[in-house]
Amino acid sequence: MGCSFYICSGFYATLQERFGMSTTSFKLFIFSVFLSLVGTSNLLAQHGEHGADSLQNAAHAAEHNATEAAHHGDEHGAATEAEAEFNAAALIMHHIADSHEFHAWGEGEKGFTLPLPVILWTDNGLVSFLSSAFHHDDAGKHVVEHKGQRFVKVHDKIYYANESADAHGAYVTHGAEHSVANRQPLDFSITKNVFSLLMSAFFLLLLFIPAARSYRRSGGVPKGLAGFLEPLVLFVRDDIARPNIGEHRYARFMPYLLTAFFFIWINNLIGLIPIFPFSANLTGNIAVTFTLAFFTLIITNVSANKGYWKHIFLPHVPLWLYPIMVPVEIIGILSKPFALMIRLFANISAGHIIILSLVSLIFIFKSVAISPVSVAFVLFMNFIELLVAALQAYIFTLLSALFIGLAHVEEEAHH
Amino acid sequence: MDLVTPALGLVFWTTLVFLIVLFLLNRFAWKPILGAVKERERSIEDALQAANKAKAEMERISADNERILKEARIERDAILKEAREIKDAMIKEAGDKAREEGQKMLAAAQMAIENQRMAAVTDLKNQVASLSIEIAEKLLRQELSDKDRQKALVDDLLKEINR
Repeated sequence: MGCSFYICSGFYATLQERFGMSTTSFKLFIFSVFLSLVGTSNLLAQHGEHGADSLQNAAHAAEHNATEAAHHGDEHGAATEAEAEFNAAALIMHHIADSHEFHAWGEGEKGFTLPLPVILWTDNGLVSFLSSAFHHDDAGKHVVEHKGQRFVKVHDKIYYANESADAHGAYVTHGAEHSVANRQPLDFSITKNVFSLLMSAFFLLLLFIPAARSYRRSGGVPKGLAGFLEPLVLFVRDDIARPNIGEHRYARFMPYLLTAFFFIWINNLIGLIPIFPFSANLTGNIAVTFTLAFFTLIITNVSANKGYWKHIFLPHVPLWLYPIMVPVEIIGILSKPFALMIRLFANISAGHIIILSLVSLIFIFKSVAISPVSVAFVLFMNFIELLVAALQAYIFTLLSALFIGLAHVEEEAHH
Repeated sequence: MDLVTPALGLVFWTTLVFLIVLFLLNRFAWKPILGAVKERERSIEDALQAANKAKAEMERISADNERILKEARIERDAILKEAREIKDAMIKEAGDKAREEGQKMLAAAQMAIENQRMAAVTDLKNQVASLSIEIAEKLLRQELSDKDRQKALVDDLLKEINR
């Protein structure tokens, strides 16, 4: 199924024929919309773990459904697979997740999918090949051999293949709850998200380096692109860094805060563009938000002063409260970046889920008549997401600056 | 669960790419941009300070001018006053001198008149005396021509002396 096929809603007529619909998938769709609205946006942002649980359930249900659909398809043979029931949750979850290939448009032979390099650290060292070697197989049926090792791909994860196929033709052993029991090599592939990451890095450099160079030509006067970007840079400096970190210390954190702000923002925006080679859900990926939050964690604690550590290990409370307070403070060190990680991940993923759900309405109802409603809602959501894209970049940077500022406790402030 | 499990590969690439972007942007974008902004802020601050300084300087100069003008006016007044005083003094002196001269002339005239008068009086006295002597001579000649009369006269004169 096309992960970014919702772009081609103009082709609804042809696609409509391909996808069927059942009440179970409709219920699942409603469930995922509900979750994405209530569960992810609010719950996640407020209570990280609970929200993650509900999202986990949704994703789990989706995978369950997808596997079921795959099994269903197997029973009827490969020919009927294209006519399998339309599964909005599986489609959405497929889009939200990372992929080893970048689907651009169309289906099968008529479509176009950009193959991306697979890079594996295996028992026999580094192995790399193009993801097209799997021939779009995602159920562990197509084995790729390299350096005397055999690999299969299941749900966009690469496993060491079994010697022989099971009853469904898959070279993997399924464990409990549809998990794959096979061993995995370390996967450093240029996935869809890594591709998008490299692209956004390129855009960032392309945007800011010429802008910075233009200052030298114009003698310090911001002109053109620099005139547009400078207020944003000054916004980060004067409204995020300065008030939260303080006049004397803010300057050395500016590179990180500026990079984080523009990195998150540009990736949020790239994720909103539904046309290949954009649309990847990079900032809605937990690995990316984890990495960014980890940077904030490191910077916060490395730049922290004596007062901060004293506040954690020797808080100003009666001694008998220490067994409670010290663990709470230590958890606090981790919970702050943890909230950063979950907030960005949940907000961006939720946006993608809602927009995809609204487009999926057309295929669920199997009616052209619903498309104006979908388009209207998607348009509305896109504007909101445009705001969210900037807002989440702002919030991440603001909170990072705040945590950095809080890690510098003035001794005089305590008495 | 896949969705909330960070994938090692993506963590690796994100770290690598983010750090490279951080390094490159810091070196080629943030430093030049923030440097240019800081430079501009400093030049604006300097310009404002210079403007304030110029303003203060202007104020000082205009105050100076005012002071100089005031001093000049005072000096002018003083000069005028002095001139007036000198003039008054000169007039007074001239008047005094004139008066004195007049007095002197008057005194000289008076003295001359007195002298003339004295001379006249003396002259008159002399003439009266000579006339008297002449008369007396004539009288005496007449009187002394007669003895009685001489005697009466001597008596009279003696009486006068005895009184």
